[in-house]
Amino acid sequence: MVAETPLLSVAGLTRYYGARVGCENVGFDLYEGEVLAVVGESGSGKSTLLSVLSTQLEPTGGSVQYRMRDGKMRDVFALGEAERRLLLRTDWGFVHQDASHGLRMSVSAGGNVGERLMAVGWRHYGNIRTEAGDWLKRVEIALDRMDDKPRQFSGGMRQRLQIARNLVTRPRLVFMDEPTGGLDVSVQARLLDLIRGLVADLGLAVVIVTHDLAVARLLSHRIMVMKGGTVIETGLTDQVLDDPREPYTQLLVSSVLQV
Amino acid sequence: MNSPAISVSGVAKQFVMHLQGGKTLNVVDNASFAVHGGECVVLGGPSGAGKSSILKMIYGNYRVDAGSITLAAHGHCTDIASALPREVLRLRQHTIGYVSQFLRVIPRISALDIVAEARRADGAEDEVARQDAKSLLARLNVPERLWGLAPATFSGGEQQRVNIARGFAASRPILLLDEPTASLDARNRAVVVELIRERKAEGVAILGIFHDEDVRDAVADRIVDVTTFAAQAA
Repeated sequence: MVAETPLLSVAGLTRYYGARVGCENVGFDLYEGEVLAVVGESGSGKSTLLSVLSTQLEPTGGSVQYRMRDGKMRDVFALGEAERRLLLRTDWGFVHQDASHGLRMSVSAGGNVGERLMAVGWRHYGNIRTEAGDWLKRVEIALDRMDDKPRQFSGGMRQRLQIARNLVTRPRLVFMDEPTGGLDVSVQARLLDLIRGLVADLGLAVVIVTHDLAVARLLSHRIMVMKGGTVIETGLTDQVLDDPREPYTQLLVSSVLQV
Repeated sequence: MNSPAISVSGVAKQFVMHLQGGKTLNVVDNASFAVHGGECVVLGGPSGAGKSSILKMIYGNYRVDAGSITLAAHGHCTDIASALPREVLRLRQHTIGYVSQFLRVIPRISALDIVAEARRADGAEDEVARQDAKSLLARLNVPERLWGLAPATFSGGEQQRVNIARGFAASRPILLLDEPTASLDARNRAVVVELIRERKAEGVAILGIFHDEDVRDAVADRIVDVTTFAAQAA
């Protein structure tokens, strides 16, 4: 009954830094519309995993297969440089914790969004501006800020702009690295709400790295708990958080402050 | 008789508490029973006997250590104890409704949107979903001035009624109710009894926990005493 092929299929993924383990033997399948949270403390390997998945780091071993728009599964590390760049610019998105890593700070908000459209072949200035404006509205940025640079934006606005820049090309897979980290809680709640709505509307597949179990609970369907570079527990998000099995997961869950 | 909508067979659940020296708690042992469409079965037994854990296992919220839980609906049978996470999610989208003891929602979302969202997930158009959500909230006596507000500041009873409205907004062939009437007054308990009877008449299989005897007597077709399970195993 559940027979379609995954969008992303990861097997035995390993990355060493010399003799030190970054992540080791990680495997999972991800389907359209699914949000997978990778949780763990700093140094657990979750950021290394995200860097390898998004091809920013070469793996030491294992494979990452992706179902391209033509329906064929391809090993992303076997793609040519041009193919991989196109994938990153169109079919994939990457939301960084620090928005300044994902935005061009000296280019206007509208330009930041429009640039991704130009990269996929849009040429008509008026269309680009209209589409960029639509996306700014979707992420709750007022149109009169379209020509301002992200430097003049608050942290929450920058993060929303980064999301618009990523989603404007209608990617099918988005990686997020602590997207709400470092923001005030009220700003965080609004952003979570926005991300959740967009993910559901667009049917995105998302791999989100977070150390915040509350964020994982609100956004994700499934969860992977990492420790020392390996996945120690995995399952439905509410199952892992309400019925944690591994000693380390129990410790993580019981360490969350209740408000 | 048709095959049951819920068949629980030889189900066991234990918690190993690693932070407390690996202490093991056996909460459910050898639970076996079935619920058919159109009937309401109530789990009986004292607090701590594992009633909630059984509901949570059927919903896929707790993992099952032994036995099987077969859910039959829309022409499919699935053993939730061995189902993949995606299959469990799909069952929750189309097959199982669940009203928990406490409302757990995203901050900032209004009561009306919470209920309408559940109805929309069921395939209703936006406008229909909002109308249905409004009539459910009205039926459960949630004051109209609260509809546009996020429930975080509501009273316990009001939150619970939003929770019930959400649980009943979608129409699912299997409905699990974990003490939905615990913090309600008599008038609202009566509304919940009505809602349950309507679902039964529609052929929904209902499994619930009710501490309130009036409600239990009003809706239960059968009571399954969970304390007898462990005894049978011995």
